[in-house]
Amino acid sequence: MSVLVDKNTKLLVQGITGSAGSFHAKQCMEYGTQVVAGVTPGRGGEKFEQKVPVFDTVKQAVKATGANASVIFVPPPGAADAILEAFDAEIPLVVCITEGIPVMDMIKVRRVLEGLDGKSRLIGPNCPGIITPGQCKIGIMPGHIHKAGNVGVVSRSGTLTYEAVGQLTALGIGQSTCIGIGGDPVGGMDFVDVLTLFNEDSSTHGVIMIGEIGGGAEERGAAYIKANMKKPVACFIAGTTAPPGKRMGHAGAIISGGKGTAAAKMEALVAAGCKIAPTPSDMATTLKSMM
Amino acid sequence: MKIHEYQGKELFAKYGVPIPKGHPAFSVDEAEAAAKKLIEETKSNVVVVKAQIHAGGRGKGGGVKVAKGGAAEAKELAQKILGMQLVTHQTGPEGQKVRRLYIEQGLPIKRELYLGAVIDRDRRRIAFMASTEGGVEIEKVAAETPEKILTVHVDPVVGIAGYQARELAFGLGVDPKRFTKLVGALYELFVKEDCSLCEINPLVELDDGSIVALDAKLNFDDNADFRHPDWKKLFDKDEEDPVEMEAKEVGLNYVSLDGNVGCLVNGAGLAMATMDIIKHAGEKYGVAPANFLDVGGGANQEQVTKAFKMILRSPKVKAIFVNIFGGIMKCDVIASGVVAAAKELGLKVPLVVRLEGTNVELGRKILNESGLAIQAATTMADGAQKIVAAIGGAK
Repeated sequence: MSVLVDKNTKLLVQGITGSAGSFHAKQCMEYGTQVVAGVTPGRGGEKFEQKVPVFDTVKQAVKATGANASVIFVPPPGAADAILEAFDAEIPLVVCITEGIPVMDMIKVRRVLEGLDGKSRLIGPNCPGIITPGQCKIGIMPGHIHKAGNVGVVSRSGTLTYEAVGQLTALGIGQSTCIGIGGDPVGGMDFVDVLTLFNEDSSTHGVIMIGEIGGGAEERGAAYIKANMKKPVACFIAGTTAPPGKRMGHAGAIISGGKGTAAAKMEALVAAGCKIAPTPSDMATTLKSMM
Repeated sequence: MKIHEYQGKELFAKYGVPIPKGHPAFSVDEAEAAAKKLIEETKSNVVVVKAQIHAGGRGKGGGVKVAKGGAAEAKELAQKILGMQLVTHQTGPEGQKVRRLYIEQGLPIKRELYLGAVIDRDRRRIAFMASTEGGVEIEKVAAETPEKILTVHVDPVVGIAGYQARELAFGLGVDPKRFTKLVGALYELFVKEDCSLCEINPLVELDDGSIVALDAKLNFDDNADFRHPDWKKLFDKDEEDPVEMEAKEVGLNYVSLDGNVGCLVNGAGLAMATMDIIKHAGEKYGVAPANFLDVGGGANQEQVTKAFKMILRSPKVKAIFVNIFGGIMKCDVIASGVVAAAKELGLKVPLVVRLEGTNVELGRKILNESGLAIQAATTMADGAQKIVAAIGGAK
């Protein structure tokens, strides 16, 4: 068991002939992910790495290969369009890695997503992707630090996800599925969506949730945990020391109008029964103490 | 990216948001000429001299003055304001030097209102907020009397609907026809110009019932710069931190902070967490981060070298913490960049390095063989403690 992806996932790579797309498509294949198709408009008919067929459109690729997940490496000007194309082809899981998509584009994408009635899910953009260790890696995370097991990891930050996974693996604790939901202000799945899946997944016994300053996604996650969560959740919120009004790298990581502070998020999570890792070095030990 | 009021008002005029007549001025002579021209155009002797800096709160800080005695008085005021170090609640205690002025017609104001548009990330929509409490800090209104702020969320398929505009207009007590036109123009501007914030504070109602944008605060979404080549012309480098700008030019994410520990990290979340752990370990000893620096996932050796040089050159840095969890970013690339920069500029402060992830062995080897005095850390916590000890805090 796992969440969203496993060894049966058939992956389509949008932007497979670009530099990021080709590099990471190869890495995913080496990890064992079934990469069944690629899409680059105008390059249909080619073969990637002598075996993966490349198509002009997502619909053609899905029809020919039965792809049921897509990962997007298309550069920012065309990335939102690539997401919409994947939605229109009714791909159940769309993972957008691209960093730097204009928020106005994502507002439109989000509006379309809300009208799909759950037919497609979107992870990202500006995220590392999703991995079920030992089965399927969709994204840019280093595969070798992971270990199959029973802890779910969900995070707004890429490298902090690796940090948590590295700590878990060092303690001998494996992961069911790790999902980076991305650092942009408007995107797809949020903490509540992922926590819901972890809560329902029998192979996930505990969760590490990594948030950061800005927005109210952590607070909504806390409300869900308080009302529904049957499993222990350890949390870390990055940005305790970040000054208001300064954007900390991620477009979403900014304290504005006194909202989105780390303190408010931690307070909500503690009230929901979560434990907060006192430093980013204590994420795995904090969860271990709860399990 | 932020722009000046006068630049925002040029965009307002282009999209049809009513503004007072006005002209920018870059010198005292230009200010006088602008005032003369305005007085001719408006047949009124009242002009307002406004300092153009990106920070808000200019009026309270003495950067906005009314001249009722014609162009000569406007010239005097311009002399006082141009070149002053304007301190507001948003500039910090050192203030911001005034290099540009905007000379604007004075108007018979009946009421000051507030109108703003932002991205509401929780609703994933553009939100319009309006309030009868204009001319003051809207954050204060939101905190103390939230019922005085009216909000509508715009469906991107529909755009701002007539009923939504009317809802705001009746709430503000202004002419619904005029307001609907204004808010429609503002929405079009917000979307087409890829804004992340658009604020009119105050929006004023005049004695004749017309409504005019007396201020214009616009922020653009940096992610959209590829489709706005004109933003280069609007960019004012005098308003930016020179180090942050240098970082941006080479594709790095850098934010200056007040502390004494230089940080070089890959990934925004990890970079923030590194700041947090340094403060956590060192707060009692006066140890705090001097910067946020995310070298990103795909930096090359040249970018890392540049990043490390920026830290080395900062006089406030008393120790440096390099914290890398290599995913895409390979540890050997980081190590080579750090060594190259340290060899070129010399390493005069303690350096603590924590490397983990892709090519970690190779990275450690490069550091070990460099001959530099580097303290290796096994974890982030270990690294933070070593940094605190190096600055002379902890035992």
